[in-house]
Amino acid sequence: MRLVVLVKGVPEPTGDLRLDLADHTLVRADSGVDPLGLHALEAALRLREAGGGTVTALTAGPAPAASVLRHALAMGTDRAVHVSDPALHGACAPQTSAVLAAALRRVGFDLVLCGAASADGQLGVMAALLGERLGVPHLSGLRTLAVAGTTVTGERQTEEGRWDLAADLPAVVSTWVLPDRPRRRTVAGIRSAAATPITTWTLADLGVDPSTVGLAAATSRVLSAGRPVRTTGRTGDPAELVRFLADRALV
Amino acid sequence: MAEVLVLAELTGDGEPTRGTLEALTAARVLGEPVAVLLGAAHPAADRLARYGAARVLVAGSADPAVDLAAHLVGPAVDVLARLVADRAPAAVVVPGSAAGREVAGRLAVRTGSGFLTDVVGFAPDGTATQLAPGGTTVVQARVTCGTPVHAWRAASLTPVPAPVATVVEQVLVEPSPAREARVLARVVERSAGRPALADAAVVVAVGRGVTGAAEFALVEQLADALGAAIGASRAAVDAGFCPPSCLVGQSGTRVAPRLYVAVGISGAAQHWSGVRSAQTVVAVNSDPDAPVFALADFGVVGDLATVVPELTAQVTARRG
Ligand SMILES: Cc1cc2nc3c(=O)[nH]c(=O)nc-3n(C[C@H](O)[C@H](O)[C@H](O)COP(=O)(O)OP(=O)(O)OC[C@H]3O[C@@H](n4cnc5c(N)ncnc54)[C@H](O)[C@@H]3O)c2cc1C
Repeated sequence: MRLVVLVKGVPEPTGDLRLDLADHTLVRADSGVDPLGLHALEAALRLREAGGGTVTALTAGPAPAASVLRHALAMGTDRAVHVSDPALHGACAPQTSAVLAAALRRVGFDLVLCGAASADGQLGVMAALLGERLGVPHLSGLRTLAVAGTTVTGERQTEEGRWDLAADLPAVVSTWVLPDRPRRRTVAGIRSAAATPITTWTLADLGVDPSTVGLAAATSRVLSAGRPVRTTGRTGDPAELVRFLADRALV
Repeated sequence: MAEVLVLAELTGDGEPTRGTLEALTAARVLGEPVAVLLGAAHPAADRLARYGAARVLVAGSADPAVDLAAHLVGPAVDVLARLVADRAPAAVVVPGSAAGREVAGRLAVRTGSGFLTDVVGFAPDGTATQLAPGGTTVVQARVTCGTPVHAWRAASLTPVPAPVATVVEQVLVEPSPAREARVLARVVERSAGRPALADAAVVVAVGRGVTGAAEFALVEQLADALGAAIGASRAAVDAGFCPPSCLVGQSGTRVAPRLYVAVGISGAAQHWSGVRSAQTVVAVNSDPDAPVFALADFGVVGDLATVVPELTAQVTARRG
């Protein structure tokens, strides 16, 4: 089975998400691998161990994104593909999905896996957009995942409850935290990852016109940004808290 | 006046969800709301009319054997894409549940449009106010191509009735389910005996700081004293104290209570993105440096095992 996992770099979980004041894109100080992407990667490695095949890690983004691919290789990924192009700066979700779909077609896949929502953008829609672009089913927000023959199944968890889903391959799935913890990188894995070449593609390599991607051509535009949502409050003991609540008619 | 298509989402009881009524309320700024329902003719049409839907389009297949609910998300995309082509609405507004956001994104891709998520308001010129990214910043944004698709962030306003005489119209659509995931079962989860999380006026939420059944029972007593729904962080759900339906945050419910009490919760961005619409937030945490104190209106630094029972006693005494 040809498994492809979408991994991406994200800012440290404790860091504030900030928008650039000049062009309103997300300030990228990526320093970690999106944690849910690692869960998806672990699932792919286990599927390969159980049924054979290859695992390819795929990312799109600026040059430091390659370190995310090194991480994936060190966990045991067979191959790493980096879509890197200056035109990607400020790409909106529909554009990003078009680029990733083009890369996925070129890689070839039976099952595409990604995190249900990245720790930064938090849209939670990439699997659905890829399903739409590629014309294949998407099973999103899974808490369990199984493949038997050419059928993929899983439990989707949303705010309203649980859905049991099934689809025929090829398909795209997105996962929350799965029961199996992502494996640690071994020293040998890190060494061999450093020696594994990373395939780098530009938009031209994928047959995507760069003028259709990026901030200038984005399908939506941020006009203004900035007001923080809440200000710091104060502290006190339980009695003071209850008085505070009473003043606001909350108790 | 231009039409605005509003996708109606129903609860397990067949009632429009709160997010749907909010979307109908907000959509009036952009044009005349037209509600879109999937499935057979529905009693929910009356409720939709009470909230301003001058027209309710009930979409179904000509073949009674085709069940639109048997596939994930796709049939709603098929229906809306058809209606966008036929009716050229000014915009489409979808309740921003997990499924709704996916409908919005796929519809935008299929119709060559842009989409915005976490939308909390509209201006008549089509500009949307968003909480982005993940609820940290207020942003003004516009879709720049096609028919704008907006995923409304639930719990962002109080639905306002605007009763109209409604026309219920049947629309026949043949979905293309071959490429959609099949829904084998759907289990709606709800915690018994407490207000529903999304609508609750008071929410008491537990996090990893709660480490045993005895401590959880203390928090339940506080929730009872306040008449609150119980919420949870992912850490508390993973620890098994609460079912996933209690999860608050990016991957769970977005709440909008008058009061949110965070007990033993650190204030991670993914949790907080579900709390931003709360009016007053208080936190109980033993770590004075916990990020939650920078987010709360009032914090109590201390061990929940002592702070929570004290709070419960004081609240109970005050309520007499
Ligand atoms: C893509 C993604 C999506 C996510 N979505 C969500 C989501 O929707 N909702 C969500 O909640 N999380 C979500 N998470 C997880 C989130 O990042 C945090 O890990 C989680 O919210 C932490 O839960 P917590 O605050 O309970 O635990 P912790 O961060 O471990 O905090 C526990 C707190 O309890 C305090 N404490 C400990 N003992 C006591 C005591 N005796 N008395 C008082 N206080 C005590 C500690 O000081 C600490 O501050 C998501 C993560 C990712 C990557």
